[in-house]
Amino acid sequence: MELDVSGARIFYTFPFDIPILGKITINETLVVSWIVMAIITIACIILTRNLKVENISKRQALAEMIVEMANNFVVGNMGEKFRYFIPFVSALFATSLISNLISLIGLRSPTSDLSVEAAWAVVVFILITRQKIKTNGFGGYLKDFTTPIFVMTPFNILSELATPVSMACRHFGNILSGIVINGLIYGALAVASSALFGLIPGAVGDFLSKIPFLSVGVPAVLSVYFDWFTGFMQAFIFCMLTVMYIANAAETEE
Amino acid sequence: MDFTVLAKGIALAGCAIGSGCALIAGIGPGIGEGTAVSKALEAIGRQPECRGTVTSTMLLGCAVAETTGIYGFVTGLLLIFVAPNMFMNFLG
Repeated sequence: MELDVSGARIFYTFPFDIPILGKITINETLVVSWIVMAIITIACIILTRNLKVENISKRQALAEMIVEMANNFVVGNMGEKFRYFIPFVSALFATSLISNLISLIGLRSPTSDLSVEAAWAVVVFILITRQKIKTNGFGGYLKDFTTPIFVMTPFNILSELATPVSMACRHFGNILSGIVINGLIYGALAVASSALFGLIPGAVGDFLSKIPFLSVGVPAVLSVYFDWFTGFMQAFIFCMLTVMYIANAAETEE
Repeated sequence: MDFTVLAKGIALAGCAIGSGCALIAGIGPGIGEGTAVSKALEAIGRQPECRGTVTSTMLLGCAVAETTGIYGFVTGLLLIFVAPNMFMNFLG
């Protein structure tokens, strides 16, 4: 049985080198990310065309519902003073969700590439650090590393760095595990159906065993969990953790 | 005698055994999530009106508890798909 789990395909490599980073390539992750961005932009344009105050259309009702949900999510978890985080968190959620679900139409989802989540996690890490410095001052931020005693400093630095790593790896691992398990199931079902229909004697059995009949339908049941549920869940959790960490960083120790 | 083949064999065997061991990490999150869900069910049984909050908090907690399992999974995948090629290139 053949199982193909490969990384993102590379379409084009720029002929020059960039110091430290090495070669720059245009790969599948990048291209599908552009498609995701295009989908989100088009959806936003369609949803926000001719908005009215009275007598609203269904489209506007949907847009208002989405905005309302985003507002409730951020304000409910972070408090009223963090209203300016609403666009960031909604953008993060939309990108994550569409990237996870785009695998349903057969494209390789960008979130199955660790660098995508790593980039998001770095952005979130910078926001958390900024919030901490804003709350306690730079001296207070540095002093926070020496709590409860000075010896703990290396461990505190490690746990600080573990935040973005765990956020990135959690999302990446969940999406990738879906892809790997789906690949295994497709392979296994193809083998199983060829073995099953190979039992029919003669040319009919030979012909039927070439077509993977069992691959129809069965993976769809698993796709409900691995694509829909995990996709929604991981997007939600990434945003939830972002919101929680930033709100925690804003709390003063008193 | 050429030891390269032996070295390659040992490297491959190590990768396979190591990835198997890494996936033992799945036990921990399984137990942890089971406990979390059972407690959440108890809470819903006691206060059915809190169902929404309890469920969403439980899912968040489950996802966080899953992290260690995911680390094990990623390590296992690296050992299956990345490490063997690395060893083969290294050994020539």
